[in-house]
Amino acid sequence: MSTAAITWGVLATALLCYLIKLVGLALPTQVLEHPYVIRLGALLPVSLLAALVAVQTFAMGESLTLDARAAGVAVAVLALILRAPFLLVVVLATATAALLRAAT
Amino acid sequence: MRDGLGVGVAVGSFGLSFGALSVTSGLTLLQTCALSVLAFTGGSQFAFIGVIGAGGSPITGVATAALLGSRNALYGLRLAPALKVTGARRLLGAHLVIDESAAMALAHEQPDPHPDHDDPLRASRLAFWLTGLAVFFFWNISTLVGGLLGDALSDPSVYGLDAAVPAAFLALVWPRLKTRGMWGLAALSATVALLVVPVLPAGIPVLCAGLVAVVAALLPRRADTDPTLRSAAP
Repeated sequence: MSTAAITWGVLATALLCYLIKLVGLALPTQVLEHPYVIRLGALLPVSLLAALVAVQTFAMGESLTLDARAAGVAVAVLALILRAPFLLVVVLATATAALLRAAT
Repeated sequence: MRDGLGVGVAVGSFGLSFGALSVTSGLTLLQTCALSVLAFTGGSQFAFIGVIGAGGSPITGVATAALLGSRNALYGLRLAPALKVTGARRLLGAHLVIDESAAMALAHEQPDPHPDHDDPLRASRLAFWLTGLAVFFFWNISTLVGGLLGDALSDPSVYGLDAAVPAAFLALVWPRLKTRGMWGLAALSATVALLVVPVLPAGIPVLCAGLVAVVAALLPRRADTDPTLRSAAP
């Protein structure tokens, strides 16, 4: 896609994210304090992030494939279990994928 | 404030990754920095570049980013009584409502030994502003540095950077996977997304997976999935 399209996307993202933050501060509490909204607010990030992990690991265009990314993510899982910090997890996953590609 | 420094370093490494991954996903350095300055919310920023990097349309990227940013509205809701901001300060303060500033503000809500009786929530408010401004500084500096480093690389996949994006998302969701209920939700969402990849354009599968949360939130409340706004996960 074009750089211009991405720029519009960046600006739209920024605007929406800001408005969402403002809404919490500005609206009367009754509106947002509904139990369903609060529950959704806790569950939605988990759902979206999990989907992003899966899609970014296995999807290639409109098909699914198993490649070096999966190995990188597997190493990331290990690193997280061992309580590695964010940057280390990302670096290890990257290095794993790179090494695997270099070796094959 | 040693707390502040610890948060700064964590935010810095996070921002470094974002900057580098953003430029390798196809954004320019300017677009990358614009996201960090103007959107200023990590999860949403990663979501947007993730969708673009995978070939999805910017519209899908915006939608995914907005949905991931929804929790900031809930933080604002929780913080409004403590912050008591109106007018221009509310407009400015809103920009700084993120995981870290919210977490610090909430942590400082406990009454201190020498409370200011006219303003018992002063510590909480101070924590919010200081943390918000510190994070803003570290986040944007590190984004710039990360972006410059990322620009210096030629082919992302040679360096395995396409594995970095899912790894980053995994690291973002990991702290939230505290209960069996959350694990189940994650697994189901991931499965749903993968199932529709062959039939829907890039980025849409993730939005479909969000529907799982929409339905799950309707189910009768269970102790193991009770939300807590105190999670300080970025």
